[in-house]
Amino acid sequence: MKRIDHAEAASHFIAAKDNEAFHDKRLWDLRQKRDRIRDEIPEWQALRDLASVIKEHALSHLAGYLEQFETQAKLNGAQVHWALDAADHNHIVGEILAARGVKTLVKSKSMLTDECELRPHLERRGITVVETDLGERIQQLDDEPPSHIVVPAVHKLRGDVAEVFADTIGTDRKNDDPHYLSEQARLNLRPYFLDAEAGMTGANFIVAETGSVVVCTNEGNADLSANLPPLHIVSVGIEKVIPRLADLAVFIRMLSRSALGSPITQYTSHFRQPRPGSEMHIILVDNGRSERLGLADFWTSLKCIRCGACMNTCPVYRRSGGLSYGAIYSGPIGIILNPTQDLRKYSNLPYASTLNGSCTNVCPVKINIHEQIYKWRRVMSEHDQLPFAKKTAMKIASRLLSDPKAYRRTIAATDAALEYLPRFLLYTRFNAWGKQRENPATPDQTFYGWYLKHRSKPK
Amino acid sequence: MNARDTILDTVRRNQPAAVELPVVPMFDADLPALWPQFIAGLERMGGKFVEPAPSADLNALLATLFPQAAVICSATPEVSGNRPLSAVSEPKQLDDVDVGVLRAAFAVAETGSLFLSEIELGVNAIAYLSQHLICLLDPADVIGNLHHAYARPEFRSARYAVLMTGPSATADIEGVLIHGAQGVRSLTVVVAPRLPN
Repeated sequence: MKRIDHAEAASHFIAAKDNEAFHDKRLWDLRQKRDRIRDEIPEWQALRDLASVIKEHALSHLAGYLEQFETQAKLNGAQVHWALDAADHNHIVGEILAARGVKTLVKSKSMLTDECELRPHLERRGITVVETDLGERIQQLDDEPPSHIVVPAVHKLRGDVAEVFADTIGTDRKNDDPHYLSEQARLNLRPYFLDAEAGMTGANFIVAETGSVVVCTNEGNADLSANLPPLHIVSVGIEKVIPRLADLAVFIRMLSRSALGSPITQYTSHFRQPRPGSEMHIILVDNGRSERLGLADFWTSLKCIRCGACMNTCPVYRRSGGLSYGAIYSGPIGIILNPTQDLRKYSNLPYASTLNGSCTNVCPVKINIHEQIYKWRRVMSEHDQLPFAKKTAMKIASRLLSDPKAYRRTIAATDAALEYLPRFLLYTRFNAWGKQRENPATPDQTFYGWYLKHRSKPK
Repeated sequence: MNARDTILDTVRRNQPAAVELPVVPMFDADLPALWPQFIAGLERMGGKFVEPAPSADLNALLATLFPQAAVICSATPEVSGNRPLSAVSEPKQLDDVDVGVLRAAFAVAETGSLFLSEIELGVNAIAYLSQHLICLLDPADVIGNLHHAYARPEFRSARYAVLMTGPSATADIEGVLIHGAQGVRSLTVVVAPRLPN
């Protein structure tokens, strides 16, 4: 698999100046909303501690909870399937649909089904798949993956959406009013909801003690997808199981507050038993999760509840856009999830970070995201996955940093040179620091020089 | 070995050292006054709120709130409507409903949420296919926070349960908030004490 070049991909996003400026502002706005609503709850930090420990408990007893969930779900009348990997998952969905002659499937947003690339698989089998979350629908019609796990089309401006809708569902190309565009999407989707023979949702949580599937949306599209057709398929990663309803309260209190700065999503829906006369199938998907559980440095990434707070706060993500990560999971959480799927393909991602730690600070389940990013850099280096330029730079740095005298000479000479060198020599393709930004001003004095001048003289 | 056993085997082999399950407190020492908090939560999420005079006729109120409504479907005995829910054999038959009327089993002050299950909904899709929704609520049915909500027995008995907080909403295009994304365009909570049994 070809290595994703994050910096190169990001440069295209940065070139679209209006999109980048809006993207940065919109996501930072979400981060600020999250901060404000956090401050309304005195027990916020206690909830984070609980959320973290509950997830660690659930993951350290995962096999038992999966079995308990399966038993409960079957007692409730649902059918439970197990999928080893993406291909296995897609095959199971395809077989369920084929056996019932399903032609059209309405879907709510599920990163897992994107991870498994379910849509192209079903389309090859002749099934029409319709995404019903507005952002995900825009991305489907534009034949692009989601760029954010909560707001999939956040990298697009209204004009971009007007173009996509004009090309695909016949809207007025000149009308880019979001109210008009949303209404057109609503009218376009309505017949699919009414006529689809099957509906599909992901799951934010599954509860072992009751066998419940919990789905959170603001549009109500999961409820339409699951409550109209006679068949409801749920795809869920095995790490999403939590023990009790009492635990669910902790996560529901944190999810939308962390994601969007609202106290709860408009719809928090609990599917425990199929409606009379209808079927419910739950597919428990592994796809690398059980192996990740055994990685001492990285297993806690499985605690993730997919709120996107780490993406909204990340200065690199906000300015480079989600598509530049070349994966369904982008931003800080994507950096630490993706390499377990494909080490070489995602070997560049751990460098798409300043290691500032903001992601870790906002994480509602207290994943040490920035520390894991750092650890992934070590893994890349140990597996010889550093690109040539970085490797060469590291070698030179290592020589300089291990020789104090050479280091001081170089810094002094460089500072002097940086002040007088003309721009065309400083801002070259070899200077990654000078791309899309100004080099920092050089200090008048090195720290070592300052220290020599100010240290107390021996008496 | 089948997929199930392979997955469970790998999970068992890789499970980290056991971490104990904590007790989740109810966090109800300093709850704000329930009713004002519920109204504030509901309105924050785009819901509307109407408190009619105690003697008011709900059918007449509905006619003033939605004078254009042609099809009114009610799942609660206080309002008659003109589309009996009992005649609905398939959820999609609710496609033309202008106003759906329900009564919440209870509400959550912390978030401004209404609890509805198949018991209150009759046909689940009424809460999503209707253009507008009216939800009756007895102020005595408001509880403090989500910890109290998830301690309620309904979550263990309902086939389907939703905590509904305001109307269907999206901000997927440039962050512009729009009500009526795919589901109801508006949600109005009407204060209505329960009928005596």
